Amino acid sequence: MTSDIAAILAIDGIATGAIYALVAIGTVLIFTVTRVVFIPFGDIAAFTALTLAALDAKRFPGTGALVVVLACLATVIEVGSLARSGELRLAPRALLFYLVLPLAVVGCAWLATRMDPPLAVRLMLALMLITPISPLLDRIVFRPIADGTVLLLLTVSVALHFALVGLGLLFFGPEGVRTEPLTSLSMEFAGVLISGQTMLIVIAALVFSGLLYLFFDFTLVGKSLRATAVNRTGSRLMGIRPARAGTIAYLLGSLMAGVSGILIAPVNTVFYDSGFLIGLKAFVGAIVGGMTSYPGAAIGAVGVGILESFASFESSALKDVIVFSLLIPILIWRSLASLHSEEEIEE
Amino acid sequence: MSSMFSLSDVTVCYDNVEAVRNVSLSVEEGQIVTVIGPNGAGKTTLLMAAIGLLSSKGRMVFQGSEIGRMSVEDRVERRLCLVPEKRELFSDMSVADNLLLGSYSLRDRSGVQKTLDEVYDRFPRLRERQRQAAGTLSGGERQMLALGRALMAKPKLLMLDEPSLGLAPLIVREIFRTIASLRDLGVSILLVEQNARAALETADYGYVLETGEIVQSGPAKDLIHDPRLITAYLGGH
Repeated sequence: MTSDIAAILAIDGIATGAIYALVAIGTVLIFTVTRVVFIPFGDIAAFTALTLAALDAKRFPGTGALVVVLACLATVIEVGSLARSGELRLAPRALLFYLVLPLAVVGCAWLATRMDPPLAVRLMLALMLITPISPLLDRIVFRPIADGTVLLLLTVSVALHFALVGLGLLFFGPEGVRTEPLTSLSMEFAGVLISGQTMLIVIAALVFSGLLYLFFDFTLVGKSLRATAVNRTGSRLMGIRPARAGTIAYLLGSLMAGVSGILIAPVNTVFYDSGFLIGLKAFVGAIVGGMTSYPGAAIGAVGVGILESFASFESSALKDVIVFSLLIPILIWRSLASLHSEEEIEE
Repeated sequence: MSSMFSLSDVTVCYDNVEAVRNVSLSVEEGQIVTVIGPNGAGKTTLLMAAIGLLSSKGRMVFQGSEIGRMSVEDRVERRLCLVPEKRELFSDMSVADNLLLGSYSLRDRSGVQKTLDEVYDRFPRLRERQRQAAGTLSGGERQMLALGRALMAKPKLLMLDEPSLGLAPLIVREIFRTIASLRDLGVSILLVEQNARAALETADYGYVLETGEIVQSGPAKDLIHDPRLITAYLGGH
């Protein structure tokens, strides 16, 4: 391998890793706040790419129907639970959050397919359509078992992923999509040509990580999310509602996954089931960071991207084997380094 | 005078075992009420039920409203606050962030900075260490932070679970001085303590909880001279 090839592979790896980093940060965010290892995160990323492709083709995206179904289900469950606890006075707010807002977004997307909105609007719509999915799934699937063990939540999360893949096939069909690059610029750096799309991916990852850092360090809501992650009982005693913190975490996490989906769509062909590998590789990155550290997860995810890039050069068929084999020594090291993580999580 | 907070026939069960049985007590406005008793009597369980972390049977009325079925967060929004035995601080976060989060339940944010300054004036040590992570504080400082964080919510009733637990005698005295001074702020206090003497010296009224039941109650100044209590809890003085 020459140094030129190594540089190209490294840049390619950093770009792929930056995409994994966005998903990994979202995974850590949701895990620390809700204790759910949200396996369907990769699916959310893939669905965003498919949604954008549909909007580009002036087709009503399958995500719209998915959001409508989830919004109706979540509304029925929420209103039912309010009725049981004698708090029907809160029903209008529940209707607004679980039904009106998601349906309004779907309505906008439907209108957009009748017009020819510019790319920026299509991007915004794709993100707006995708962000309600995780909070709605949280309300339907995870909220009723929120006090369950981490293992139960993980098992349900895996099941939810398979359900979403099935729904993906139903709503998007089996064809893969690849969207237009967001920019046609390119530049040469140290003798290596770097595409604008690659730069955009890295810049987006840096910007969103930076925004998340500012959110956590400088806003009360951000701090309340960190507090819920650090000490759930303590945060409840401050009046911080874990369910609300969870919804915010899911919204933010979905946004990160959505952005990564938009960034990956021009680089790779995305199918309804492409999300699993994205999510799983991001998960490996998050584990490198111990599932609780954002910088750790980001560094781990970029490491996974670089390893994957070099592995695919050496042996394309074995690249996933090499990446996932990385998990074994890391898990051994982690389990030796920390003897009480499970107990801490259970608390 | 109407009770600010009252429990009537409150029973709390852990897996069919009654840890607290038919407990009734009340706290009047501006009063410091203490619940003393031996280890395992159900004191912490009672406070956990009062804040809503454990479910219970019986009536709980706070400022005229039945709160027994309310969530913890709804009770906190009504300014019923608990400083638990374990403190439950956000150890990775700074002292300043811990205090700020104490004010999370306040809808009117205009007075938060003023309250923060008051807390720093009350506990100057916290001001010195405001950038330090809560997990790095000493035991006494952690208790001050837990108290200060609860005060940030502008509580009407503050429930304190074993505030002297594990602290050096000098710090214990300081903590009890602080508790007594909170009365001047108009904060009512329900104090659960194993350190019966210090608790009764600070409180206006006391209850004695043994094996989940109230066995005695009365003005604190009477209880402190009660021969049975002197033998059982006050070290025979």
